[in-house]
Amino acid sequence: MRQDHLITATQLSRDDIEAVLDRAREVADDPAAYADRHAGRVLALCFFEPSTRTRMSFDSAAKRLGIDTVDMGDVDSSSVSKGESLSDTVRVIEGYADALVLRHPSEGAATLAAENVSVPVVNAGDGAGQHPSQTLLDLHTIRENHGLDDLTVGIMGDLKYGRTVHSLAAALTEFDVNQHFISPESLRIPRSVRFDLHETGAQIREHEELEPVLDELDVLYVTRIQKERFPDENEYHRVAGEYRIDAETLEAAADDLTVMHPLPRVDEIAPDVDETDHATYFEQAHNGIPVRMALLDTLLENAEADEGTEVDR
Amino acid sequence: MSDHELRVSKIRDGTVIDHVEGGQALNVLAILGIDGSEGHGVSVGMNVPSDRLGRKDIVKVEERELSQSEVDVLSLIAPEATINIVRDFEVVEKNRVTRPDSVTGVLSCPNRNCITNADEPVDTRFDVVADGVRCDYCSTILRADIAEHIDV
Repeated sequence: MRQDHLITATQLSRDDIEAVLDRAREVADDPAAYADRHAGRVLALCFFEPSTRTRMSFDSAAKRLGIDTVDMGDVDSSSVSKGESLSDTVRVIEGYADALVLRHPSEGAATLAAENVSVPVVNAGDGAGQHPSQTLLDLHTIRENHGLDDLTVGIMGDLKYGRTVHSLAAALTEFDVNQHFISPESLRIPRSVRFDLHETGAQIREHEELEPVLDELDVLYVTRIQKERFPDENEYHRVAGEYRIDAETLEAAADDLTVMHPLPRVDEIAPDVDETDHATYFEQAHNGIPVRMALLDTLLENAEADEGTEVDR
Repeated sequence: MSDHELRVSKIRDGTVIDHVEGGQALNVLAILGIDGSEGHGVSVGMNVPSDRLGRKDIVKVEERELSQSEVDVLSLIAPEATINIVRDFEVVEKNRVTRPDSVTGVLSCPNRNCITNADEPVDTRFDVVADGVRCDYCSTILRADIAEHIDV
């Protein structure tokens, strides 16, 4: 991957994706070979929005590469609460770290951050925009279970505000994948995402119910219908509880259906699914470590190459 | 003398922006950053009869020749506009507007949650796509309602 930053999944070619996933597999097979590879480097964790697992996942991945992390902490206790702009904040933090991981409630925040700094920026979620590192671990999980071609993938839930969905749908267009989008009418994929999908000539279909397509699917990617993304609580309550699956629902599915979820789940996947062979969401979450290690390794390697310095192996 | 020339007189030197869609003349001036403070003579004709458009607006700016890149951004709200450069009462150059690849600092993003609407020190930037423009930051696509988002 010859990229300086990871901002959106749309920037990634098939080769970019496969290079990171190949490296993730190497990392998973032989993590000791990657320990201390970037000793002395520092990664800044800049989370302007609450996050537990993404923050911990990057923190853990960094430390397994020998990278130290500095954490901005909660927004309430930082200079952001004093009204500092994001542009200024990242310019300051750039001086403390060799790369930034950014989560922010506004769409486009990572693009703006990348314009203001010269170290690599990883978008760890920008509002209802993109979450491309999640997509890389999603693709790794799909690849390990099915490969990435000749696939039929169903993506269900909150497709309008779900940034993991926006990134995943874009990345899947690089592969031979039929995509089915299953959501209530009010939560269909947004115009901007549909525009990109159509531009690539991707095979997509949209449905309001899972049942008619369930038996065609190799992968069912379920997302939480997120209360905090709704301007109107009534709209949330109206659709909440729909699009819930349990073990009985999945009796109609193919035996090797892989059920994924970016987590956290609330009640959209019943606990009894955990006991089935379909459940892959915990494996998926664990894949965050080798994939984010591979990603950080790649971006730091690219940055070092840009500086003209040799990486000490 | 034709009807619209009675309303808006000829200029000696400057630029005449003709065949602007009716009602868009003030937006044209806004996009070009012309508010009269520079001291140039500015004449505006609105909703004058036109064979081609039915009703059209005309903008005449004296003592100022607009460059192609300045006027290309007008293609977003006035795709039929013609740009006449006038010297000594004669039209010496007549151009159509062409669609630019991108537009910087002219439009505001309609997505309230876009980082460009968050008091950051940043100009908006839109890519021009097939039937509209697209925010470079949040990817929101703006189509028919472009004129409502002019922010200059």
